[in-house]
Amino acid sequence: MNPRVVLASSGLMMLPSALQGEPSMAYQRTFGPAVDPITRLGWGLGIISLSVIVIIGALLLGGIFRKRSTIPAAELPQPTARDDAGGMAWIYIGTGTTVLILIGCVVWTLLVTAAVAEPAGAREMTVEVTASQWWWSLRYDNQNPGQIFNTANEIHIPVGRPVRFELSSADVIHSFWVPQLAGKMDVIPGQTNVAWMQADKAGVYRGQCAAFCGPQHAHMALLVVAETPEAFAAWREGQVTESVMPATDEAHHGQLIFETHCAPCHTIRGVTPAGIRGPDLTHLMTRRTLAAGLLPNTPENLTGWIASPQFFKPGAHMPDHILSGPELIAVAAYLHTLN
Amino acid sequence: MATIETHRTPVIARAADGSATSQKLQRTWDGKPGLGGWLSTVDHKEIGKRYIVTAFIFLLIGGLEALAMRVQLARPNQTLLTPEQYNQLFTMHGVTMIFLYALPVLSGFSNYLWPLLLGSRDMAFPRLNALSYWVFLFAGIFLYCSFPLGKAPNDGWFNYVPYASLAYNPGPNIDVYALGMVLLGISTTVGSINFVVTLARTRAPGMSLNRVPILVWGTVTASVGNLFAVPAVSLAFFLLWMDRQAGAHFFDSTAGGQPLLWQHLFWMFGHPWVYAIVLPAMGIVSDGLPVLCRRPLVGYTAVALSTVTTMVLGFGVWVHHMFATGLPILSLSYFSAASMTIVIPSAVAVFAWIATIWTGRPVFTTAFLFFTGFVLLFVIGGVSGFMTAAVPVDWQLTRTYFVVAHLHYVIIGINVFPVVGGIYFWFPKATGRLMNEAFGKWTFWVMFIGFNVAFFPMHILGLLGMPRRTYTYADNLGWGTPNLIVTIGAFVFGLGIMLFLVNAFVSLRHGRPAGPNPWDASSLEWSTSSPPPVYNFAVIPMVASRYPLWENRLDDGPDRSSVGTGLVLDKERETIGTSVLDAEPDVILKMPGDSYLPLLVAVAMTAVFTCMLLHSWWGAGIAAVATFLGSVGWLWPRRALAQIET
Amino acid sequence: MAETFIHNRQLPVGSQGHLASGWWGMLMLIATEAMLFAYLLFSYFYLASHALSPWPPNGPPSLRIAVPGTLILIAGSVVMWWGERGIERGKTRRLIVGLSLALVLGVLFLVLQGSEWKGEPFTLRTNVYGSLYFTITGFHMFHVIVGLLVLAVLLVWAARGDFDANRHSAASIGVIYWHFVTIVWLAVFFTFYIAPRLG
Ligand code: HEA
Ligand code: HEA
Ligand code: HEC
Ligand code: CUA
Ligand SMILES: [Cu+2]
Repeated sequence: MNPRVVLASSGLMMLPSALQGEPSMAYQRTFGPAVDPITRLGWGLGIISLSVIVIIGALLLGGIFRKRSTIPAAELPQPTARDDAGGMAWIYIGTGTTVLILIGCVVWTLLVTAAVAEPAGAREMTVEVTASQWWWSLRYDNQNPGQIFNTANEIHIPVGRPVRFELSSADVIHSFWVPQLAGKMDVIPGQTNVAWMQADKAGVYRGQCAAFCGPQHAHMALLVVAETPEAFAAWREGQVTESVMPATDEAHHGQLIFETHCAPCHTIRGVTPAGIRGPDLTHLMTRRTLAAGLLPNTPENLTGWIASPQFFKPGAHMPDHILSGPELIAVAAYLHTLN
Repeated sequence: MATIETHRTPVIARAADGSATSQKLQRTWDGKPGLGGWLSTVDHKEIGKRYIVTAFIFLLIGGLEALAMRVQLARPNQTLLTPEQYNQLFTMHGVTMIFLYALPVLSGFSNYLWPLLLGSRDMAFPRLNALSYWVFLFAGIFLYCSFPLGKAPNDGWFNYVPYASLAYNPGPNIDVYALGMVLLGISTTVGSINFVVTLARTRAPGMSLNRVPILVWGTVTASVGNLFAVPAVSLAFFLLWMDRQAGAHFFDSTAGGQPLLWQHLFWMFGHPWVYAIVLPAMGIVSDGLPVLCRRPLVGYTAVALSTVTTMVLGFGVWVHHMFATGLPILSLSYFSAASMTIVIPSAVAVFAWIATIWTGRPVFTTAFLFFTGFVLLFVIGGVSGFMTAAVPVDWQLTRTYFVVAHLHYVIIGINVFPVVGGIYFWFPKATGRLMNEAFGKWTFWVMFIGFNVAFFPMHILGLLGMPRRTYTYADNLGWGTPNLIVTIGAFVFGLGIMLFLVNAFVSLRHGRPAGPNPWDASSLEWSTSSPPPVYNFAVIPMVASRYPLWENRLDDGPDRSSVGTGLVLDKERETIGTSVLDAEPDVILKMPGDSYLPLLVAVAMTAVFTCMLLHSWWGAGIAAVATFLGSVGWLWPRRALAQIET
Repeated sequence: MAETFIHNRQLPVGSQGHLASGWWGMLMLIATEAMLFAYLLFSYFYLASHALSPWPPNGPPSLRIAVPGTLILIAGSVVMWWGERGIERGKTRRLIVGLSLALVLGVLFLVLQGSEWKGEPFTLRTNVYGSLYFTITGFHMFHVIVGLLVLAVLLVWAARGDFDANRHSAASIGVIYWHFVTIVWLAVFFTFYIAPRLG
């Protein structure tokens, strides 16, 4: 094999350790019971596959060079049927071995399929995920209606607890995928699919829409933040509250502009309750990224995004040039208060 | 007017090229000269070559689209292509490669070779053959008609709803795809019917079913598969068109429709189809490789059965493309196990090839390199399919570059490599000249290395979590380097294809003259001159074994085939019709001559679809009437075809 | 030598009876068309099994027109079979009568079906049942029309005296298609009119 390929694949083994730094999509090492058995199975099948390739490769080379004809092609050796009988043994032995391996693999596959089925405990905490072109709307369910809240693109979960996700689509087919915590589950209009995951290790995990869903399918990521139960509870408390009245005049002015120009699409609980075409912005500043994982949530990026979403995400369903320059600054100032 | 003869006893005689018989045949079978002859010919060799050349042009177009995508993906966050352009490119790339290259190129091979392999003068329905080519060509052009306008199909080759529905995709993009596919389906269907009937009817006497070459098994299996599978996709696209243009609700979940119905219909077709585009190519190897190993194929019967079994099982695994759609675990488990089972017939074939090499005395020709290279690539592609067949593993792998790697290994590995090898192998038969061997071996290595450099790292990209169908990616995910390697490999592979084409072009003029049987091969096509005369065989050979030209040397069985001496059928265009199983002579078939009707009917049919695309219902009606009249003219009972007495 | 199996036999020349390649071609065409209808009916049952509201939305469709229509199609097939048997014995007359009667019955079926379409309270656009109903019965009607065109052309040829006891493959082949149209209708009829009454 090409040496660069080998290099790249050995780099692969080291990648999960990069988790501490950047969130990664690699799933050679995973961090929860919804996926760990799959990872083992994946490695197993991968090793079987590589062995098959190596063995067949060796047999081919052996066959070629064993009796490689030294006669130039112009004088072809006479065809022969002498060793006709010997050949069939290859088929019997080869196919027989294959069948045995396959039976083992099928059994293992079925066991793993059962092992990663949703555990009963997952029903205790449910997040409703609604996928839209090209962002994720999240709704944390609760027995107590006062504890239900919406957010977007960034899922927080407590470490060590199974969480259930009810997936529905607002438009086309998407696919919900956080590789280090669970396999994919499609999000299909007209049906509610269910996924679950549990993080055994605190950290930030990256996810991404995996089903082609239009021009910005490439930029439909999400983050899963797994944190200690205490940190999670604190986050949750923060999310449940409504936004507070801004303190400065500029921000207040920004809020008014927001109410006319942005509220048709965006909700800020306590201020503009209606818009559902874009993400809920009530606690925008608690999120790490903007526009479904596309941009780090920095002040410059926020201003830039509002000024021209189409520059960053051509085709996104938020128009350019809604605001004039001064309005933009005021709205940005207002948004900075949303934490 | 005398009534035409109802019975005749065919004369058995010897006739070589240049004999009186062959001169007479030359006159009866020769086509018209000039453009008229070109447009009206029904000669299977001519049509076969056209299929191959056209398919290769589409391969180049699809390849250029791929290279454009690869440039965009070479580095993170590139902006060479807009998202919409990228989407149209990957869609047209998939559509072109799968529908306009992969099957048509094999139809070309089979069209060219079948009558020669079977010892016959033409396909069962020569005019239908021409129709099938013309409709394929026009459907290809139709599918590309909106490309220059920037409105090409843009939802991937499997075109999932609801993104393909009017609400999310209002332009003509998807209508072009839908109508184009229905049109193309007609070509595939009539082509498949022709293969099945040809196998059933027009083999040389004595060529019983267990003596036909494996390529014939592969093609007929693929054809029967097509007859059963293509209606599913034509229907799916028709229903989609109804949803879009007539306000129906088949896939509309707000009115009782189901997006998943699309996926079921598509993959009920799609999975059998992927075997349809490889079984004939595997046949090419099963017939070519043994010749170059100087021995018969090991396990002919096992390989023939594995061909058929693959297709049969292939109809029961479509759900493995839908493992992540939330279906019940029970049905997923069934389809997972079934998908693993399908490895078994492939294993039979792989071990048969290995045994053939191992117990033979391989001759290192270019074709041999391509055929053995194919075996390795097939295994690499096959085992990645085996990994995705495990449901939970697929939940990770599906829709990532791992699947893109799988599909290119299997399609390029099992289709492109055997096809290129097959061209090296049969080029001398078709043109009378050999391709350059030394240059050919270089070409092989460029292609083989380029291919692996391009597509092996895609597995790694998939394992690093890169989703397919993304027009760009961020720089902090570790995807940059493998993508760069992929792009470099893609260009090397593209270069390899170019080198191959250069070799073909140069050899056409300057290649070494080949003689009838340069590889000292065993099957009937090598018994006639290179290139073969229009009538293929001066006398219809009579076959007594699987390897008519090797009988004396293999010394199997008491009977001997007879190739220089055989049935003289020289009144008008004639060939022999034989019984299905044992190929006992049944009837002397009258064959039609050149005709413009296939072309005219194809034009009329294409006009129907074009008018539908343009919402010109009157136009569509008129074109439909023209299609009908053309067909009536075509089928009008003719005395020359002994369809009527007077 | 291989000639041993040639037996120096007399062979028929040209398309005679079931020896015509077209006969095989027609069987293949029917196989693929049958699959087309199988996929159509699969779609029907798939959507029916996923329906959230009662299926069919307005109750099972009335048999008042469909049953006579079915009988008419069957009668058409029987007549055609009789006509084809005629030409096998060289009786062109009988073939002509058979073709004409089948044509009339086919047209009658179309008229009945058209009146059923007119009477439906829903359209293609109403809901997915409407889409299925009109598309599937429409597909079948389209096949009836094609079948009628085939019969009409055969009638012209028969009237010209093209067919005799030896050479009549076109008629035999065309007739198979007509039988196929009838059989497919039985499947459609069962799906739409009988199946909803069973459970
Ligand atoms: C062109 C031909 C072709 C062929 C021959 C195959 C062959 C196989 N394919 Fe593949 N497949 C495609 C074309 C093909 N495929 C395409 C185009 C797609 C993607 C469509 C899209 O999404 O765009 C796809 C996608 C695809 C998927 C869906 C992936 C996903 O989207 O999630 C799956 C899942 O099961 C699958 C499985 C298989 C299997 C099990 C085989 C088997 O037939 C392979 C069997 C062969 C071998 C395994 C090698 C030989 C065997 C041995 C040497 C014996 C020893 C082996 C073992 C012990 C394992 N294929
Ligand atoms: C027969 C099938 C076939 C073949 C041969 C190829 C060949 C290639 N494919 Fe393709 N591919 C598919 C079938 C095929 N593909 C399918 C079905 C899909 C899925 C589509 C979908 O998701 O809907 C796909 C998707 C696909 C993707 C994924 C896109 C995405 O998901 O975003 C990529 C990305 O790299 C890719 C790359 C390539 C490359 C680099 C080649 C190379 O092999 C190309 C090599 C280049 C050439 C053959 C051109 C040579 C010509 C020149 C150098 C110029 C000379 C020109 C003239 C003289 C006119 N392909
Ligand atoms: C027509 C609807 C619409 C209007 C009007 C609109 N937005 Fe948006 N907005 C969206 C959509 C849709 C998204 C999600 C885009 C994506 O990620 O693809 C979005 C995303 C955002 C985000 C990123 C949210 C996140 O969690 O990543 C911010 C911030 C935002 N909008 C602010 C604004 C402001 C401020 C205004 C008014 C000046 C505004 N939007 C007006 C539709 C709208
Ligand atoms: Cu959403 Cu891809
Ligand atoms: Cu498949």
